[in-house]
Amino acid sequence: MKKFKLFFCIFLSLTIFNTLKSAEQVDPIKVDWSFKGLLGKFDRASLQRGYQVYNEVCASCHSMQYLSYRNLGEPGGPEFSEEEVKAIAAGFEVTDGPDAQGEMFTRPGRPSDKFVSPYPNVNAAAAANGGAYPPDMSVLVKARKGGANYIYSVLVGYEDPPPGVTLDEGVYYNKYMIGNKIKMPNNLSDGLVEYADGTVSTVDQMAKDVTTFLSWAAEPELETRHKTGVKVILYLVLLSILVFLSMKRIWSRVNSEE
Amino acid sequence: MSEQEYVPKSKAGKWFNDRLPLLSLASHLTDYPTPKNLNYWWTFGGILTFCLLTQIITGIVLAMHYVAHADLAFASVEHIMRDVNYGWLIRYIHSNGASMFFLAVYIHIFRSLFYGSYKSPREIIWIIGLMIYLLMMAAAFMGYVLPWGQMSFWGATVITNLFSAIPLVGDSITTWLWGAYSVDNPTLTRFFSLHYLIPFLILGLVVLHIWALHVPGNNNPVGIDIKKPSKDTVPFHPYITIKDAFALLLFMIIFAGFVFFAPNVLGHSDNYIQANPMVTPAHIVPEWYLLPFYAILRSVPDKLGGVILMFGAIFILFVLPWLDTSKVRSAVFRPIYRQFFWILIVDVLVLGYVGAMPAEGIYLVLARVGTVYYFLHFLVILPVVGYLEKTEPVPLSISEPVLSGSADYSMAKKDNEKI
Repeated sequence: MKKFKLFFCIFLSLTIFNTLKSAEQVDPIKVDWSFKGLLGKFDRASLQRGYQVYNEVCASCHSMQYLSYRNLGEPGGPEFSEEEVKAIAAGFEVTDGPDAQGEMFTRPGRPSDKFVSPYPNVNAAAAANGGAYPPDMSVLVKARKGGANYIYSVLVGYEDPPPGVTLDEGVYYNKYMIGNKIKMPNNLSDGLVEYADGTVSTVDQMAKDVTTFLSWAAEPELETRHKTGVKVILYLVLLSILVFLSMKRIWSRVNSEE
Repeated sequence: MSEQEYVPKSKAGKWFNDRLPLLSLASHLTDYPTPKNLNYWWTFGGILTFCLLTQIITGIVLAMHYVAHADLAFASVEHIMRDVNYGWLIRYIHSNGASMFFLAVYIHIFRSLFYGSYKSPREIIWIIGLMIYLLMMAAAFMGYVLPWGQMSFWGATVITNLFSAIPLVGDSITTWLWGAYSVDNPTLTRFFSLHYLIPFLILGLVVLHIWALHVPGNNNPVGIDIKKPSKDTVPFHPYITIKDAFALLLFMIIFAGFVFFAPNVLGHSDNYIQANPMVTPAHIVPEWYLLPFYAILRSVPDKLGGVILMFGAIFILFVLPWLDTSKVRSAVFRPIYRQFFWILIVDVLVLGYVGAMPAEGIYLVLARVGTVYYFLHFLVILPVVGYLEKTEPVPLSISEPVLSGSADYSMAKKDNEKI
């Protein structure tokens, strides 16, 4: 056992040594998100503002193909009213068809439609953006190490390149991006969007709001998951106490026989 | 199944039982004499059965909504997560269930290593168990490919490419496995087919595993042969069933913790990026439960050598009952082996850790030392220690150590005094 503990200490110190070593990459900023933790919930107002930022800024390049407009009105999300969702959907032109004549046609969007993508396909998206495909944002937060913290950090991490670093045309320096080079320009500037609820749209505020929105988009089930999880675990704990007591009782028969 | 004395009470029961002795089987299973000193490390058999059934049931539901096609698989998983009622719950149970399954199987295997459960007369139980473990790894690997994310695709590419190391026919075999000239749609569809098949093969082997167990009966922490039924045994039901149920509930609490509060912590974020044959991820890593073998694979500079060592690391376990020369089963009475057991655990943990790291510098050195030690343990240490070790005195029956102050017994005694 002593030897085991010794080895375990060596093992642990190796693990810690490693985390120190990989600190060359700047760690993402830690934000105290409302949706973290066992009972974490999304900030409804932030989600609605975040959708606005996504729609007015990100959506011109980034698709969100796995979401439907109806999702915007579902519980646990931005919870826009039914009317608002209909209005949002109707603001997009959706290609439908073929009709009885075999022709494709466009019509205003409906809540059941998927989010309309800015480009017809990945190649078109890449071609329009200097060869770099702006990733689909549906599950982006889950697809990046560091999750919401990382996305937020990249959004606020634009800097002038340090001396000695030269950047090609259309490449920008970002403190938190892996490799520090990013093909997305810094699209956020103070006052860029006019929030409907009157919140001051600083870069930091917009970055936080849109990251919250993207976190919901990646995990629309998060609030239900947390709520159900608490109930499930409470139930299991209670049941295991009952089973434990029954077990003690049953086994006492064996032990008292002797 | 020698207990023939069971006779159903009802006439109909007797009529049926004479033609198909299902009732005799049920009676055998409930009355099955089990050593009464089994500790909680023995509850993982039941837990593993639960894991297998959970994977099968959630898997059947997932297969109703999943589309095995390179262009549609990723989207169909998102469809499950977003549009299928409680699809997120079923998928998270299935994906975390794989990890929990392996966690339980590793505890089960190391339990066997510690208490010498693989030794005579239980070699066949051990070998069937290893076959289950091999099939589990195949099923888990193929299942990981199905969402068709980046790690799915590149993991499949790395692992299937291992077969190209076979001299002369390697490339043909790899092409045959792929059904194409690279990992592509035909690979995905056959992996899906096999992924659905393997769990039922496992289920069949589990039946054999339990059947083989019921011939000699359970090993126990003291590791001695016991008379059955006797004062040393209790009937399986209700004594073991209630204890298994309690342990299973504790296990389910941990399971639920992952599913509801950290469903993606055991996965790799790159697998939420759709597979792209043109973009290679910076680090291709398998799921955590395969990391020690991945470390062994990469510790050898030669591809064929790495593949041989990796498979050797598993196949060496098949001859373990004959490599261990000690007559005493339980490590409780083997002071030297006990130390090496813990060193082996650390070795496997280190291998798992370096398996997740890039194969360079200190990690490569550690992987090599770890690999050498792994084989040293089974090929040299185990046979030699068995000969040289002076074991401690082994009790004649279970009742002896139980009577002289086991925790359970003294607790029960105290309870009785209170009453």
